[in-house]
Amino acid sequence: MSLHVNFLDPYRPRPSLIHGLDARVKLALALAFILTVALTPPGAWPVYILLFALVLSVELLSELGVVSVLKRAMLALPFVLAALPVLVTTRGVPLAVIPLGPWALAISGPGLAKFLSIVAKSWLSVQMAIVLAASTPFPDLLLAMRAIRVPRLLVAIFGLMWRYLFVLVDEALRLLRARTARSGTSPAASPGQKVGGSVAWRARVTGGMAGSLFVRSYERADRIYAAMAARGYDGEVRSFPLPPISAANWGVLLAGLGGLALLAAAGLLFWG
Amino acid sequence: MLYSPKPMHIPDGFLSIAVAAVLWAVSIVAVAYALRRVNRDLGERQVPLMGVLAACIFAGQMLNFAVTGGTSGHLLGAAIATILLGPWASVLVLTCVVSVQALLFQDGGLLALGANIFNMAIVGTAVAYFAFSAVQRLARGARWGVLVGGFAAGWLSIFIASLAAALELAFSGTSPANIALPAMGGIHALIGIGEGLITAGALAFLLAARPDLLRQGSAQTAGGRAVGLAGLVIALVLAIASPLASSHPDGLEWIAEQQGFLSAARAPIFRIIPDYVFPGVSNPALATIAAGILGTLIVAGVALSVAFARRNRRSEITAG
Amino acid sequence: MDPIIELVGVSFAYPDGRMALRGVSLAVAPGEKVALVGPNGAGKSTLMLHLNGILRPASGMVRACGLDVKEGNLARVRGAVGLVFQDPDDQLFSPTVFDDVAFGPIYQGLSRGEVTARVERALAAVRMGEYAGRLSHHLSTGEKKRIAIATVMAMEPAILVLDEPSAGLDPRARRGLINLLRELPQAMLVATHDLRMVHDLLPRTVVMDGGEIVADGRTADILGDAALLAAHGLE
Repeated sequence: MSLHVNFLDPYRPRPSLIHGLDARVKLALALAFILTVALTPPGAWPVYILLFALVLSVELLSELGVVSVLKRAMLALPFVLAALPVLVTTRGVPLAVIPLGPWALAISGPGLAKFLSIVAKSWLSVQMAIVLAASTPFPDLLLAMRAIRVPRLLVAIFGLMWRYLFVLVDEALRLLRARTARSGTSPAASPGQKVGGSVAWRARVTGGMAGSLFVRSYERADRIYAAMAARGYDGEVRSFPLPPISAANWGVLLAGLGGLALLAAAGLLFWG
Repeated sequence: MLYSPKPMHIPDGFLSIAVAAVLWAVSIVAVAYALRRVNRDLGERQVPLMGVLAACIFAGQMLNFAVTGGTSGHLLGAAIATILLGPWASVLVLTCVVSVQALLFQDGGLLALGANIFNMAIVGTAVAYFAFSAVQRLARGARWGVLVGGFAAGWLSIFIASLAAALELAFSGTSPANIALPAMGGIHALIGIGEGLITAGALAFLLAARPDLLRQGSAQTAGGRAVGLAGLVIALVLAIASPLASSHPDGLEWIAEQQGFLSAARAPIFRIIPDYVFPGVSNPALATIAAGILGTLIVAGVALSVAFARRNRRSEITAG
Repeated sequence: MDPIIELVGVSFAYPDGRMALRGVSLAVAPGEKVALVGPNGAGKSTLMLHLNGILRPASGMVRACGLDVKEGNLARVRGAVGLVFQDPDDQLFSPTVFDDVAFGPIYQGLSRGEVTARVERALAAVRMGEYAGRLSHHLSTGEKKRIAIATVMAMEPAILVLDEPSAGLDPRARRGLINLLRELPQAMLVATHDLRMVHDLLPRTVVMDGGEIVADGRTADILGDAALLAAHGLE
């Protein structure tokens, strides 16, 4: 019995304008947004603010719940620790000095601007990526991939991967549950004895689980191939041609790209 | 809990556009070639096999084991995929895993995806391949060669891939090399131990349960001398470049200064627009406030229209 | 009239040398509904995989709709012989239900309009018309089994070959499936352990054991022969 691991599917159906947009347009605009954010120089705060207003508006329009999107966006933030040193290694007028034993680290103005802009960039980009994934069913994302010329073979592999993701994660979770169920303590063990075996043993057990998952996957792939062959599959990936993009969608795409280009230009011209 | 971001997937905003673009180009070429090779080697079976195994690696990344205290070790899978499937299939499978992680879970950015594919699917595979074949050759077919080779492939693939990521951050100016390299390298030297152990454990299981799958995998890996060489070269380049970059703080800027880069700056074009910060406004603080007000108006406008549309929808439902 | 399926003296060995089929001969006439029973390991699944050329016999001959099942004919054979596997998860490999049911007709090279029509007809035949946009992994086992049948029906085969269709179903889903199969006009070959379904649905029974056919006759006769059933692990 499967656990219906729905946490794996980020798609949340809503009757929103964003959900109704063509997936190809959404993918293009999301990528353009992230590119615009990347192009915006540090210190161009007005542009960052407007970009934030833009992504907030999209979140509101998508009816996904601004708070829940912002919460999920926090997940990317731990990585900003990697950028922390920029505060003290960028040359410029020092704003504050932190004494650390015999050394004194100076946070510079440009360093602060650079750090904050890295935080802003990653936070804004992640929000747009979340809205894209939550407002677009994966089969539509596959269509969008075909539209941007990802090879059909690769798109077919993605499709199959996604279909069996849930099945295999289910199997992995069942393996983990079975291990947990057998990871107990015994009154028969002497009090000083270490529980849980050695790290190496535990790694070996986990490796065995991984190996077993692999074998099962391999055999399943064989059966799937038989099912595909039984329905005429001959190695060539065939699918319907992509439907045309509606005029309304074209309008949204052009307006979006135009607006983003303006913001990028403003950022580069005035703060570059 | 069930899905946690991994320390090697670089999010958007950390890589410069130049670095991201170059790595996209490299990754596209490599993946396109991998597609052709797998097509040639596997033919009709490739779609179901690659798809299911990509799902398997993804699911396998959830198999963790307690190391000490609250930390746990778990899997990337480049080594296992390379050893069992051969380098080209491994590149494809890992590309799928990394891409789905970015698209669906925002584990790694979308613009940075090219770099993440390069680090995990390409560097990871090449280095694992080199390490495994090298140990195999040393062991001359003995059983210990498989297990030690698996461990070495697992550890080295993680470690070298993390060095690549750190160098990319350094070249982008996001993190100075002399901090990023030791930090990333250090963390992943530890994580790599877990990867190595799980890889060896999986190989031990397969040696016992399905040795035919192992033998088939090694048939795939046999002919890839070019890949092995690439793996060796990559590992060496990164291993040597890293301490070099580390020992020169602000590595790139140091080099640039030496070349007189910074002095020949792109100054001219932007001097044309002095003091112009926001059309009609010559004070940066004012510009920021103006943008803030504009932004708030936009968001408020959108919020109101969404609320209005919702009320209409509800009254339609109750009226209908 | 030509039999839809015909096996004559088919033998097949597994890679490890064990004989899976020994000189099996069987024919199914158009519209005939036949049960294939026997203990696990008797060779039922292996026999089924020969019917559409996924496995090739070491000796003997397999024909479907008058065509030899061999290289060159496989595409037509697979359009005529609809094989439904035991685990529906293996059969539903596309992202959406529509994609899965459309797969067969698309491969047959039909026009978009014809494909859509076939999908609608197939889903209607299994009473799952509203499921077209759904995602396969969200469905229950019973629903998946029905969709799996639809994926094969969309190719409008001359015969349906089903491997353990009622396995893993709760009584209600099982009853629904039996009623569904009763309505379908195609010839059918059903491998199953479910003897009550055999009794309800399939007038002819073939008993297999150890890679050979040990009995072939009217269901009433075979199910009434207690000694035969006991000898081959059936009850």
